[in-house]
Amino acid sequence: MELKEIFQMLSYPFVIRAFIVGILVSLCAALLGVILVLKRYSLIGHGLADVGFASLAIASVLGISSIYISMPIITVCSFFIMYLSQNKKIHGDVAIGIFSTGALALGVLITSMKKGFNADIYSYMFGSILAINQSDVILSVFLSLVVLVLFSICYNRLFLVTVDESFARASGINVNLYQFLISFLTALTVVLGMRMMGTLLISSLVIFPAVIAKKIANSFKNLILLSAIISSLCFILGIWFSIVWGIPTGASIVVINILLLLLVSAFEYIFKIVKV
Amino acid sequence: MGIIKVERVTINYKVGHRVVKAVDDVNLDIQYGEYFCILGSNGSGKSSLLKAMLGLIPISSGTINLEISKNEISYLPQVNAIPSDFPATVNEIVISGTQKKRNNLPFYKREDYHNLESALSSVELSELRNRKFSELSGGQQQRVLLARALVKNPKLLFLDEPCSGLDESISKHFYSLLKYLNEEQKVTIIMISHDSSHVEKYATNILHLAKKVIFYGNINQWIGDHKRVSCIH
Repeated sequence: MELKEIFQMLSYPFVIRAFIVGILVSLCAALLGVILVLKRYSLIGHGLADVGFASLAIASVLGISSIYISMPIITVCSFFIMYLSQNKKIHGDVAIGIFSTGALALGVLITSMKKGFNADIYSYMFGSILAINQSDVILSVFLSLVVLVLFSICYNRLFLVTVDESFARASGINVNLYQFLISFLTALTVVLGMRMMGTLLISSLVIFPAVIAKKIANSFKNLILLSAIISSLCFILGIWFSIVWGIPTGASIVVINILLLLLVSAFEYIFKIVKV
Repeated sequence: MGIIKVERVTINYKVGHRVVKAVDDVNLDIQYGEYFCILGSNGSGKSSLLKAMLGLIPISSGTINLEISKNEISYLPQVNAIPSDFPATVNEIVISGTQKKRNNLPFYKREDYHNLESALSSVELSELRNRKFSELSGGQQQRVLLARALVKNPKLLFLDEPCSGLDESISKHFYSLLKYLNEEQKVTIIMISHDSSHVEKYATNILHLAKKVIFYGNINQWIGDHKRVSCIH
């Protein structure tokens, strides 16, 4: 592809919108992903995305922009999942399982009432870069700034809570509050990313960069930075191939992440052998 | 002067529909400067009592009064409290111990870095400060956690079997460090221990627990009453 064509592509408003929203979502997901992966919460993102699927279905039946419906629904569900697992009413994985399958079923039922069923389902589940309109961009920029700023302000606290909950509690720190903060920020990230990535694939944005970065990083700070860099890089490459070859955006980004994970794992393995 | 007062504390656990008593009617009055050791076999409720004093688990009845701010309390959990593959440096973990209750700043203060230096040097870890926690040996990891516990200069330090799984020379070094903190820096120590020789050497006060209090008093009484200390094991 020539340079001229690249510039031409960047002149399409939908491509610009996808880049802006995508990079911001990738950053948010990468930062939170580190905490979610280390705390074994990473499936919360997946469960919330299924709730997102149901909310997209509701939004399309009501004919409202999806983000206004999905944001309150997903946020409330994220608090509810966290509440259930904190109070040990049921285990966290069971709570997520109930929510995700329940929401998925509800979403399919609602969508089936509408015409054009298959096309909608496909777009909800696997994402589309055409799904983002002008007003979504403004709200997305605002929400991702909320996530990034809150994360930066609470960085030290989040680190302490992630490393050792008991120690944090013994120091008088309100651990539950920070757990709710984590799930709130995750909910926002899912809302932001699911139209582009698809509800089935949004959680990959949370998991892959953190897992890849964890193999390389030698400190927590580096882990966060690396995760952010990897996430943005994979997004840019992924969306690029998605546009050039006309393949689904979410899937394309996930495949790039998988390739990078394999590459890094291979290097890690070779390095170990050489060292021994 | 009292630092922590435990009155008629009972702790129950729910296992299915059954209620299991972990700690039964315990009274304690721990004073500033004590080196207080809690002894007992597995399932004697000593961990539950310690966690209740730290506010980590709820008590079923009775009261626990802390005569000291939470900011002056620190805690050294058992070995393996942090997943051994956790990707963080020694520096990052130790300085996180400076965080206090109502002091949520996005950055650490100069004073915190100063305390980091002295905590690291007191456990002789200054050279390993930029190493990854997961690359350290078990003994070194435990020293990191001790440094984290000391970095806010606590007046009261809780320890939950700090030396289980560590080899003898490391444990010895560890205990002499605690003794120094207790005698020179006047840190009150409350510790669960399995190691009876250590207890006799350093402790000033002892609680022997088997759900109920079996013995509670100072070290001289303990040695007098219990010539056969081997019974702890």
